[in-house]
Amino acid sequence: MSLTLDQVQRIAHLARIEVSEAEALTTQGHLNGIFQLIEQMQAVDTTGVEPMAHAQDLSQRLRDDAVSETDRRAAYQALAPEIEAGLFLVPKVIE
Amino acid sequence: MINTGLKELSQALAAKKISSVELSSLFLDRIERLNPDLNAFVTVDREKSLKSAADADARLAAGTAGALTGIPIAQKDIFCAEGWTTTCGSKMLANFVAPYDATVIEKLHAQAGMVSLGKTNMDEFAMGSSNETSYFGPVKNPWDRTRVPGGSSGGSAAAVAARLAPVATGTDTGGSIRQPAGLCNLTGLKPTYGVVSRYGMIAYASSLDQGGPMAQSAEDCALLLNAMAGFDPRDSTSLERPAEDYARDLDKPLAGLRIGLPKEFFAAGCDAGVMAAVQAAIKEYEKLGAAIVDVSLPNSHLSVPAYYVIAPAEASSNLSRYDGVRFGYRAPEYGNLDDMYMKTRAQGFGAEVKRRILIGAYVLSHGYYDAYYLQAQRIRRLIANDFVEAFKSCDVIMGPTSPTTAFRLGEKSADPVQMYLSDIYTIAVNLAGLPGMSVPCGFADDLPVGLQLIGNYFDEARLLGVAHRYQMATDWHRRLPGGID
Repeated sequence: MSLTLDQVQRIAHLARIEVSEAEALTTQGHLNGIFQLIEQMQAVDTTGVEPMAHAQDLSQRLRDDAVSETDRRAAYQALAPEIEAGLFLVPKVIE
Repeated sequence: MINTGLKELSQALAAKKISSVELSSLFLDRIERLNPDLNAFVTVDREKSLKSAADADARLAAGTAGALTGIPIAQKDIFCAEGWTTTCGSKMLANFVAPYDATVIEKLHAQAGMVSLGKTNMDEFAMGSSNETSYFGPVKNPWDRTRVPGGSSGGSAAAVAARLAPVATGTDTGGSIRQPAGLCNLTGLKPTYGVVSRYGMIAYASSLDQGGPMAQSAEDCALLLNAMAGFDPRDSTSLERPAEDYARDLDKPLAGLRIGLPKEFFAAGCDAGVMAAVQAAIKEYEKLGAAIVDVSLPNSHLSVPAYYVIAPAEASSNLSRYDGVRFGYRAPEYGNLDDMYMKTRAQGFGAEVKRRILIGAYVLSHGYYDAYYLQAQRIRRLIANDFVEAFKSCDVIMGPTSPTTAFRLGEKSADPVQMYLSDIYTIAVNLAGLPGMSVPCGFADDLPVGLQLIGNYFDEARLLGVAHRYQMATDWHRRLPGGID
């Protein structure tokens, strides 16, 4: 398989990464090289093999529904690019 | 003092032959002198380090010190450490001062009383095998400064190799502890998945990421792992197991040990010099009483393809958090919200990180999920099953850590696929979730060669013992790069 320039732009949009036309071209070359490597997987018959998502067979632990963390809101918000009155600011979404 | 192991450093501190402030100053001075060329550290804060050294000295004086109290350590810049800039090698986090400690940092600081000398350089978001994807520039290999130290824990490797720190933390998603350890003549251990907490360790591929020690010897790895490991309720994949002493098997004789040699690791594709050093190490093990068993990992050639589906898929999800809203970089100019995301991520991420996010977005997208993502997970199962089968007839698996010695800076950076293939022997271990080590085993053209040891689940203590017995009989791990004094 081989990715078209349109496909590169589409996945870049899905991933919310702006890509110029020149970058898209270089990226296309690199991604196609990588997918050539990945394609080796397609030669393997994996019928009946259960997909392995994780190294350990774990079920999610449950904890008591109790407060476990302290309020660090101010410390965490201090890291934000733009805040006002305890809110994270982003460009206007609703006119 | 710079070549002294952790046990002896601990004894010297306890006997008041040296204070932690003196010891930490010694290493901080070395960093000041040697780091401008090596670029192993991205953040150093002498005042902060000496403050914790003074605290450690107080604990030593009060008799409340532990085995590692007062010993300096370098921290890979993937671990959040409260009050320390934590960049993960990225422009995205270049100004991010962590508001909390990773569990590993908390254990090493508050519990063990170790002194952090600074944060070490790394491939951006741990994506790389040469340390060249770092926003803060490449690290030079102390053995040959025209060559890479390996990656992604390249800064930690170079720091310990050049004796800028006695020991360091690393993380390993596809070989990022073992490969740089091998390329820099260090001993490094990637524990069984789930043994070391991932809380506060910036996520790349969460089902594979695992922290571990990088050190001058297996003994030092064991002592550091004792302080790093343990159940953590804040990590949903942390394993609830009783604490263990990873140094317990260091003195166990090797007689009767069955070493499995996978034929796939000894086939074409490995440099002759590397192979010769690995073969010589195996001969040494036979002399020490071990028996050799032929084993096979028939699907291991599929580990790199499967990894480059699974790891990018997880990365594309993990790295969606970098959107310029709550923390990290935000583009200076943008239009609407979508444009802000697109520009922030285009400017904040480097080329390799973008590539992996794009691969991940693609393999998870509608119509490709089954062919790529599920197929990769099925192959992951086959690879893990190969190990289960192999460990029926052996106790430990050995082979090369990497197919080559350290390559030249720039040699592979233009071709992602060539770079990916440098992890051809390490990646299967992450996919299976097994513990693996790299141990210095000789030189090829004056560059270090690493011997990889792979253990069964939770066999860290055995692996460390097997490595330690070899290090008692050989002195490869004591060799120093030229110009390091």
